[in-house]
Amino acid sequence: MSDTHKEIDEASGVETTGHTWDGIKELNNPLPRWWLFVFYGTIVWAIIYMIFMPAIPALPGTGMTNTLGLRGHSDRALVAEDMAKLHAERAAAASQLVNASLEEIENNLSIQQFALALGESAFGDNCATCHGAGGRGAKGYPMLADDIWLWDGTLDGIQATIRHGVRHTEDPDTRLSAMPAFGRDGLLTRAEIDDLVQYVLRFSGRSTNAAAVTRAAPIFAQQCSSCHGTDGKGSRVFGAPNLTDQEWLFGGEPRDIQQTIYNARNAHMPAWQDRLDDTTIKALAVYVHSLGGGEK
Amino acid sequence: MTKVTLISSNDRGASPKERPPSLYEKRHQIYPKLAHGKFRVVKWVVMAATLGVYYLIPWLRWPRGEGVPDQAVLADFDGEKFYFFFLEIWPQEIYFLGGLLILSALGLFLVTSLLGRVWCGYACPQTVWTDLYIWVERAFEGDRAARMRLDKAPMSFNKAWRKLGKHAVWLLIAFATGGAFILYWHDAPTIARTFFTGEAPLTAYFFAGILTFTTYMLAGTMREQVCTYLCPWPRIQGALTDEHALNVTYRYDRGEPRAPHRKGESWEGRGDCIDCNQCVQVCPMGIDIRDGAQLECIHCALCIDACDDMMRKIGRPTGLIAYDSDTAVATRAAGGKPVYHLLRTRTVLYTILIALIGSLMLWGYTAKSSYEFNVLKDRSPPYIQLSDGRVRNGYTLKLVNKKAESRSVSVAVTGIEGAEFEIVGVGPAAPGQVLTLTTEPYGVNRFRMLVTIPAGQDEHRKLLSVVITDTDTGERLDADAAFILGGK
Repeated sequence: MSDTHKEIDEASGVETTGHTWDGIKELNNPLPRWWLFVFYGTIVWAIIYMIFMPAIPALPGTGMTNTLGLRGHSDRALVAEDMAKLHAERAAAASQLVNASLEEIENNLSIQQFALALGESAFGDNCATCHGAGGRGAKGYPMLADDIWLWDGTLDGIQATIRHGVRHTEDPDTRLSAMPAFGRDGLLTRAEIDDLVQYVLRFSGRSTNAAAVTRAAPIFAQQCSSCHGTDGKGSRVFGAPNLTDQEWLFGGEPRDIQQTIYNARNAHMPAWQDRLDDTTIKALAVYVHSLGGGEK
Repeated sequence: MTKVTLISSNDRGASPKERPPSLYEKRHQIYPKLAHGKFRVVKWVVMAATLGVYYLIPWLRWPRGEGVPDQAVLADFDGEKFYFFFLEIWPQEIYFLGGLLILSALGLFLVTSLLGRVWCGYACPQTVWTDLYIWVERAFEGDRAARMRLDKAPMSFNKAWRKLGKHAVWLLIAFATGGAFILYWHDAPTIARTFFTGEAPLTAYFFAGILTFTTYMLAGTMREQVCTYLCPWPRIQGALTDEHALNVTYRYDRGEPRAPHRKGESWEGRGDCIDCNQCVQVCPMGIDIRDGAQLECIHCALCIDACDDMMRKIGRPTGLIAYDSDTAVATRAAGGKPVYHLLRTRTVLYTILIALIGSLMLWGYTAKSSYEFNVLKDRSPPYIQLSDGRVRNGYTLKLVNKKAESRSVSVAVTGIEGAEFEIVGVGPAAPGQVLTLTTEPYGVNRFRMLVTIPAGQDEHRKLLSVVITDTDTGERLDADAAFILGGK
């Protein structure tokens, strides 16, 4: 500071710092004492905190991601602890779920309530991404609340599907079938496929071309009926959909059906037995079965 | 750190500008003197009664049945219920609590318009605990004059132990207050034990601590400042009381002109007030009642006791300060005969309102169902088209059984022709049939219900009603829900 002579502000009686900006001078008011002590307090606290809690990240040469602190605190461990507590709380109800058959779970209302609550939350976390909330389904992803099932709508059938998946080839027990891509692989010509579309539409009474239907009859008998049946009602052995109802997983317009025959669809669902525990899978099976279309 | 230096400037003859007066008024310690008389007795009795109620009520038991808390008064946050003797309030009935609060408010209004601030003077916790604290203070430090001497005296062993003792007892009372408070939120015998073994929930320690602190502060050191500065009630009461209310009043018609009086002097041409200041010395608020109605006055009536005492000593009639109305005093001062109006528009109105709300609540409580029933429609999917053209909707039935026993109800679905329904795990019911459900005691029972109606209906939306009937008592509840048929 150039000016050693202390200047006192006239109005307030407070010494100035000697700094001037556009003629405005700064008063040298001291910090309130309580503020200063709080500030010192935070410094002391910070040092104590650094000693006891994880604090400094990536110290070179230590190989640690961060210093661990004397308290050995770890958020990850706390979460694990909370999860263990949750599982312990649920243990009684969960063991009932594990030991009971699926039918027993559904018919015993107190176990059922637990299973439905657990099933609903697990469904929301794992299944609703494709099948929609409440199993409402979407194009290519079957609705789970109606009475139309590709593979099996019983409690055990649903559980098997969840466990092993559909066309999940890493699992030997998965539900497996493959519809050929008739057009793409050159098994049928484009004209033959167009005729077949008319033949398929005939099952739901929507065909407009009788000549095409006649032409396609032998093709259907040869290529399609082994899985979909001569009456087009499908087969659950192959997960082959019923072609005579109103439900079209991949769309029921002529163009959609043509696409399906040309390229084939073969939807895929992962196996869940390695990702979810038995309790959860059982709860999921009961939940899906209760949505509206469960079969006895 | 830089020190503030005030100027003593001799240069250029400038002097510091004069500071504006401080807006902060420092508290003047009040040393209320002990009064003797009927109102002091009433206050002791009320204090004993209110403190007794506060400390003992959580210990009362009230058996309610298996698995239900047996504490007579309990706010059970874990179980989400509020128990008050025969009353049991579930979260969805919290409006009863609202009704109770409205009743308390109206009761306070009525009493205020009749008798002024009797709540403040006798029953308010601030008054009761302050009175208790002053009693402790008096026990350690003596009455008014002794306390004033002690505060002025330099520190000595005598002063130290008296002050220490007083604060120690104050803290004990404060802790007992905070400790008793948490008894209302937990099972009292359990929390009284676990509190000292360190197993009580953190909130118990937190609230016990807060109330210990506030009791000590409000009753020990803040006292009359709470009433004057913090409490909204004195302001509200300004609007509730009027010139006909019986307030603690100095009868200036009789007292003025006031002057000191010597024995044997004539009472002719002067008032009865001898300016002895006894009314001021006993006042816990540190005011002079002779100045008329004041915001600070809590109407504790201790000045009446002090004045009556003095009047008896000097051989004049008592009641120079008394419960009286402003109009009565004014009428007497003008030479008339005072008339008291207890029946006034506001007192009648409050009474009618209290009766009305009270009977409404009574009716609501007696007509209350022992079940609570709701039907929640699945939002997703909104409807399910079955392969044969029929339409199905999914619902969750939520049935609250408020009794501590398992009960059975029959379920019927009405409102839609030919609707059949199924309750998952119970079974299907053909159109017109009912199903019987068994409910778990004392809690929410959830059931999954699927309703299916025949194909070929052209509406997009119908309304169905689910009716439940208790199979023993015939108690009947219904709930409506939409049935969506889809469509364009």
